Amino acid sequence: MSEGDHNTGSEEPQEAPGLNRRHFLKYLGFGAIGAAPLPILPSLLRKTLDQKTVRSNGAPALAPNGQIRQWTMIIDLRYCDGCQSQGTPPQCTTACIEGHFSPEPMEWIEVYEAELPGDGTQFIPTPCQQCQNPPCVNVCPVAATFSTPEGTVLIDQNRCIGCRICMAACPYDRRFFNWGSPPVPPEALLADYSAEHQVPAKKGTVMKCDFCPDMARAGTLPYCVQGCPNDAIYYGDLEEDIATNGEEVVSASRLLSQNQAYRLKEDLNTKPRVYYIPGHGEAVGRDAFTEGRQPTEWPWIERAKGAREWKR
Amino acid sequence: MEAVGTWRERLEQTALAPVVNTSRWYYLWVAFLLAVLAWGLYAYSVQLRDGLIVTGMRDRISWGLYITTFVFFIGISHAGTLISAILRVTQAGWRTPVTRMAEFITAVSLACGAMFVIIDLGRPDRLLNVIIHGRWQSPIVWDVVAITTYLTASLMYLFLPMIPDLALFRDRLPGKVPRWKLWIYRIFSVGWVGNNSQRRSMASAIALMMLLIIPIAVSVHTVVSWIFAMTLREPWNSTIFGAFFVAGAIFSGIAVLIILMAVLRKVYHLEEYITEKHFKYLGFLMTAMAMIMIYGNLSEFITVGYKLEGEGEFHFEQLFLGQFAGFYWYYFIGGLIVPCLLTLLPWTRNIRGVVLAAVLVTVAMWIERYFIVVAGLRVPLMPYEPASYTPTWVEWSVMAGGFALFALLITIFVKVFPILSVWEIAEEHESAEQSPAPAPLVPEAVAAPAGGG
Ligand code: SF4
Ligand code: SF4
Ligand code: SF4
Repeated sequence: MSEGDHNTGSEEPQEAPGLNRRHFLKYLGFGAIGAAPLPILPSLLRKTLDQKTVRSNGAPALAPNGQIRQWTMIIDLRYCDGCQSQGTPPQCTTACIEGHFSPEPMEWIEVYEAELPGDGTQFIPTPCQQCQNPPCVNVCPVAATFSTPEGTVLIDQNRCIGCRICMAACPYDRRFFNWGSPPVPPEALLADYSAEHQVPAKKGTVMKCDFCPDMARAGTLPYCVQGCPNDAIYYGDLEEDIATNGEEVVSASRLLSQNQAYRLKEDLNTKPRVYYIPGHGEAVGRDAFTEGRQPTEWPWIERAKGAREWKR
Repeated sequence: MEAVGTWRERLEQTALAPVVNTSRWYYLWVAFLLAVLAWGLYAYSVQLRDGLIVTGMRDRISWGLYITTFVFFIGISHAGTLISAILRVTQAGWRTPVTRMAEFITAVSLACGAMFVIIDLGRPDRLLNVIIHGRWQSPIVWDVVAITTYLTASLMYLFLPMIPDLALFRDRLPGKVPRWKLWIYRIFSVGWVGNNSQRRSMASAIALMMLLIIPIAVSVHTVVSWIFAMTLREPWNSTIFGAFFVAGAIFSGIAVLIILMAVLRKVYHLEEYITEKHFKYLGFLMTAMAMIMIYGNLSEFITVGYKLEGEGEFHFEQLFLGQFAGFYWYYFIGGLIVPCLLTLLPWTRNIRGVVLAAVLVTVAMWIERYFIVVAGLRVPLMPYEPASYTPTWVEWSVMAGGFALFALLITIFVKVFPILSVWEIAEEHESAEQSPAPAPLVPEAVAAPAGGG
């Protein structure tokens, strides 16, 4: 230290008249040249750190015409009674929770009870709307949230930095944060994590409905579709123009056009992939004035040791 | 000529004093700040261990004190830019004794503000992802770029005009201060001897920086506001957010500068250089900004409130009558109207009145940031009961730690670097001696409305 001290001391006086205009410009020039490699720094870092990212489980599914499938969901509110007739919590929510071990209080598909004109209510099961102009993807600083060729929006919990700007940006309240160390049941420890099947949950990252494209590709329906006792939820492919609720296969375009289908907050131009057919459970005999639903439960949490829960 | 000589000596003595003499109070103050900082660090370690669950934030109100404090700190960083760059551009001579302090505030508050974004992250361990995988489409990346640029520029801008003063310290202090300090002065005075070519190149460098730094500063607070305005939340979805944030930033920056001026003036006996005039002029500038803020509030609230479209009604209700009404009315009356009166009315237009106004404004501007963030997030997006947010002890402690760090850095800066821009004050003084009426354009223009009010 004292050595360096000495050196600078003896050098300084010689350089005394140092900082004249020419030197200054020279330093400025060196500075600019020094800053030039900055833009390639990220790719260098990426190379050296060899960052692997899970994107999705494989190649996108193809429709018979060779085009990439465009997943969609059509929820027929005429058939949704919020599981009032079952006397259970909404079964789509429960099925999704059990299938993904979603930590309490996350409801990736949440059944909102909304008021109708005249004071009756309707139930609106709401998964992530899989926006085609997704505000959440737009704002993410690290592309941890991204759009896929199949038209879904996924989150890579290995990349998410937990800034939560996507939660501020989502106009449908569809994103959830792992505020603490999320509970993980023993069976989830063996799960093969992918952005399409966000198990196990990771502390300090954002989660939401992933639209279960991995299940659709494997030939089954998403948990929520399977779980609905009234078959109110259709899942399908806009490219091939089919949709199914597990009971029947229909033309998606006909189902939408012939039943005044709509999307939530259409005026925001987020272009959701989730459609609704208006109703309040009348097709399964629900009276619009019967209020309330059973509160959601997270039965699997009992199997997770050291679980840390939090409130919504 | 002899009078000038002793005057200069006294000025140098005053500027050197804080570096040479250290009182017992100084150590007590530093110990206090270190204690608060340590407490904040402890709270942060709890948060690192358990996650953000130890805060009061949850899914529906997912930002809280940390983001509020981030916006607040970035806001007060505009003190330096305004005072030194804008007043330098307009050649307002009276600014010289306060520029250095303003530039300290800028550099320190930027660093503290940036720190709060990192504190707010769920995964601070992945911070580097912002560089490795950064997307230029994200407002957060705009902020990272803007804030780092601003920090670099303001450090340069702090450093350049300090060179002659550092050289002065280098020449006057050997034997009086520890060797590491001398070492700093020697390195950073970059061989300054004060000849003409050095003066010329420094003047052109300062001129370049002061022109660069104004647009950079404006861009910084604009993109900070765009973190909010780029979302589809009703209260944030506003085109004037950028301008509004910039005005608020300058407003709170002046207030913090006034407070720091008052403190340093008392502690280091700068009464001769920092006079009532400075408080008055800065008070007038603050009032001008307050009026812009009032105008901004009114124009926003009248255009939205007249129509009450969408969730606007809910937001206004919670702001004016509901949960945030106390905050809001304190901000509007205590933070905008009362400070205007204090700085304009003749019987409060003195140091005490202006400092009181500055304290009111500082608190009000923190509160304004708070309700912008929290009330903005509270507006329900879907049919659910509005959420609530109560900060926990961890958040309060970390925030206190942040403010302690801010004060500590300023305290240390003051101990090591010259708090007065000696050469600029001397130049100002000399030119004033030579031409008795230097026609200070800006002060007069600023002072004019005061006569009427
Ligand atoms: S919280 Fe994660 S997913 Fe959301 S914007 Fe930030 S980094 Fe992206
Ligand atoms: S609903 Fe929300 S989370 Fe889902 S894609 Fe749209 S903006 Fe993103
Ligand atoms: S599509 Fe999958 S992730 Fe989304 S709500 Fe249904 S089961 Fe849950």
